[in-house]
Order: sequence, then structure tokens, then C-alpha cells
Amino acid sequence: MRDVAIVGAGTTKFGELWNDSLRDIGIQAGFAAIQDAKIESHDIDALYVGNMAAGRYIAQEHVAALITDYSGLSSRHISATRVEAACASGGVALHNAYLAVASGMYDTVVVGGAEKMTDATDAENTEILAASADAQWETFFGATFPALFAMMARAHMQEHGTTREQMAQVAVKNHAHGALNPNAQFQKEIDLDTVLNAGMVADPLGVFDCSPISDGGSALVLMPLEKALSHTKRPVIIRGSTIATDTLGLHARPKLTSMAATKVAGQRALTQAKKTIADIHLAELHDCFTIAELIALEDLGFVKAGEAGAAVAEGRFHLKGGQMPVNTSGGLKARGHPCGATGIAQVVEAVFQLQGRAGARQVKGATTALTHNVGGSGATVTVHVLEAT
Amino acid sequence: MVQTEGIRYWRDMRARYNLIGRRCGKCSRVYFPARSICLDCHRHSIGKMDPYKLQGRGTVSTFTIVHDGDPRFGVQVPYILALIQMEEGPRMTAQLVDIDPPQVTIGMRVHTVFRKIGTVHTEGVIHYGYKFAPDSMPHLRA
Ligand SMILES: [Zn+2]
Repeated sequence: MRDVAIVGAGTTKFGELWNDSLRDIGIQAGFAAIQDAKIESHDIDALYVGNMAAGRYIAQEHVAALITDYSGLSSRHISATRVEAACASGGVALHNAYLAVASGMYDTVVVGGAEKMTDATDAENTEILAASADAQWETFFGATFPALFAMMARAHMQEHGTTREQMAQVAVKNHAHGALNPNAQFQKEIDLDTVLNAGMVADPLGVFDCSPISDGGSALVLMPLEKALSHTKRPVIIRGSTIATDTLGLHARPKLTSMAATKVAGQRALTQAKKTIADIHLAELHDCFTIAELIALEDLGFVKAGEAGAAVAEGRFHLKGGQMPVNTSGGLKARGHPCGATGIAQVVEAVFQLQGRAGARQVKGATTALTHNVGGSGATVTVHVLEAT
Repeated sequence: MVQTEGIRYWRDMRARYNLIGRRCGKCSRVYFPARSICLDCHRHSIGKMDPYKLQGRGTVSTFTIVHDGDPRFGVQVPYILALIQMEEGPRMTAQLVDIDPPQVTIGMRVHTVFRKIGTVHTEGVIHYGYKFAPDSMPHLRA
């Protein structure tokens, strides 16, 4: 296996991109990454695209060929693959792109993620997102994604004494970070009362405990490390890249306050990277709901089980004054969560941080980052460990 | 939307109406919904996963009150959704009924009741199945 480096990263703005279709978004993200990598389109050997539900959202399947075509690459007949793993589609696409380069099969691979969600109504979004759970035995009986995470939140409150205020602090922190990110959907700080007083979606989770409905795309260019230095002075090396799975249904898991797939994917990625959790300087974690960031902090080993709520409230994971900033981009909560793009957007933020070009969000001296992307209620988890050169 | 959206759920009707899961003939672990391979015994369980009827009794593991529902449940909001730990071992996702949200507690004893579950909006097909109700109303116990 060859060492794999990221030589280019790019993203669209996230939010309601009324004027842009899915193909526009995918092409803009890919073009930004290609420009950043200083490669020509004829250098590209293969494309991987993470996309959750274009068939449901815009009645368009066959998304990889579509984006390749409208990127002007149809005459090159390159390999193009769409990857779907619910909200982990982006992370799983990156893992596949990583394998393609590490194996020696391809030298220059573009991997992106894109989702166009705002053409659907809120109610349609609830239904489309719920299709990532078990359609016959969860969704059929009234489960929605907020409901599944709300049930984890209540179990966490019962087992560990986690409070609504502690969960709300995740939203406050991530909005404060998002306010510094010009590509974030929400660039506005919020206070604790705003989160606590918002209407309930699925008790105990209110509107501000939930990530938004978003349009957006993000992309990366991968190369073997030995070729990367001819494109950038600061390639970022993928030291660990893992996927772990679990039961599709939340009800079938022995523990409701932890995601076994996060524990396994995290441990495997750190082992592969020859790192420990103490080596990580910043992390982008999958905060689809505030409780999800707390559970991820515990499962990845940043804190012990049950201690994440208090640690976030103390400010340990804040950009300003924290020991190990989490979700400097604003996270899914404030950056936005176009499902297929999220796993790639997390890595784009890590690359900008490790290359020292994160602007007002810059974590000084950061050399090692971790990204964590969840599909469904935890049936698919991907973790990437990234290192600056 | 596929035209058989409502119809495909008829396949599960027998299991859903009668709480028919499976039991592993090798280790006796009970599953609901049915699985054809035991999570512990893997290939050694193939062909030994026999139908097994649950009695419909359990306790609340966790719950939520859903205010923003899927369109299929739009008229029912707010409703209580819970994970129920069944006496035989499996955990099930279902709604709680015949109780007000403030009275629900983790650990409370519940049993299945046969109810309308939801309506598939494209065709108006009504589906039936299980919900759970408390064994005794908390306010009657006091
Ligand atoms: Zn067994």
C-alpha cells in the first residue's frame, strides 16, 4: 500500500443555494479542489461521489456519470463511482478513493460529496432522511432521525446525568465557530437561551439541537505521497482511513448511549495511523444532533463515558481557550449538513487547518486532525486521521 | 414514489399482527423482527431459526415525544415513540398510547395493543400493527 496525500481541497458555500442544481454544486466543488491542486482535468484517473438520496430529492440517479459528464470529462471515459451510506456517504466515498490510490490502481483521484436538499419541503426531508433507518421496523412505526437521536439523548441523560443545557452548549459552541466560517450556512452566534427556548422537534431535542437542511458540495484531490510534492508544498497525508458498521436499527444494539461503530472505526484508524487520541490537535465530529457530538467525544476516547457534557460546558473543545477544538468549521450544526457532502467537508476543514489557511478559525500549530462521519443512527461510521507534512 | 409503496408492508403483516419473531435453535436467543441468521451463532444457526411468538410484554428502555413527524404520521403528532425491552430479549421500536407524555418513565411496564399505525399518503392505504400501552396508569397507582 502506498501513502496517500490530499493535494487539493475545495467547497461550495453551504445553505440554500437556490440558483444551483445538484450538478452545478458538484462541479463547483470539484473545480475548486482541482484548482487548489493545480492539476488539469486530463490528469484525473477516477472520480468518487458521495451522495445520499438524489433519486428521492431531485429524481436523479446515476449521479457519478452525470457529474463526470458536466465536468467535461465524458470524452476521457474515466472511472466514476457513486457511493451511498446515508449521511456517511462522503466519508465512505473518501475511504474508497483512498483505497484506489493506496493500492496503486489510480494516481490522481477526485473525491467529492454533494447533496441538494432544499428543493424538498421540511416534511419531505423528514421522510427522505428517515429512509436511512430500518424502513420496515423503525420508520414504519413513526421513527424519524430526530426521534432516534432523542431516544439516545434521553438514555444518556438517564445513565450519565447529562443535561439539556450541556447538549445546548454544543450548539452554542458550533455556532460560535460557524460565525468565523465564510462558507457556513449559519454565520451567527447564538446564546444558550435561544437553544433551550426553541420549539421541540423530538423531546428532549429542540430545533437548535438539530443540524439544518442544506445544499452544498465539497471535494478533495488525492495522489500518492511521492507525487504530491510536485503539486503542493504542504500535502496532507491520510494516515488512517476506516469504516465500521453496526446493526441498521437502533433497537437492536446492546447500548443506546454509545455507538460501537464509532469506537471500532476510531480505534482502527488510530492504530493504522500509529497515533493515540492524545496526538489529535483538532477534530471534526458528526454533530447531526447536539447529543451526537457528546457521544462521539466519549466513544473516540477524548473523554470518559458520561463526561462529554460537562467537558463541553467547561469549554474544553472551544476554538477560543479550548485544549482540543472540535468542529472549528461550525460542524454539521452551523456549517450545514448536505448529507452526501458532509464527510468530505469535514476533511476539507481539517486540510485547511493543517495547511495553516483556516483564517479566523486557525488552530495554531495543529499537525494532526481526526474526522468522524456517521450514517444513520450509527450503522455506518467512518474515521480519518490526517497529518500535515 | 413507487405505486406499491403501501402494498409492500403487507408482507410483514403476519409477523406484525402476531409478534412472530425467530429463536435460534443453537443458543435460544430470540429475535424480533425475524432474522434468518443468529448474530452470535452465524452459519451454525442457518436453518435453525424457528418462528417464535412474543407475549407482548416489556419495559420502556427510552422514549421521545415526536413533534415534527414524517407526513405518514402527520395527524398523530405529538406522539410518543419508545424502545421497548421485551421479556424474551429483543428490543422493539413502537409508539406508546393510552398515556400522557409527562407520565412516561424509563423502566415502566407496558404491553402491546393492536392499533392503526399510519396511512401511506400516496394511496391512503391504512396499516395496522402494534403499539404499547402501560400495564397500569400511574395516576391510578397513587
Ligand atoms: Zn444463536
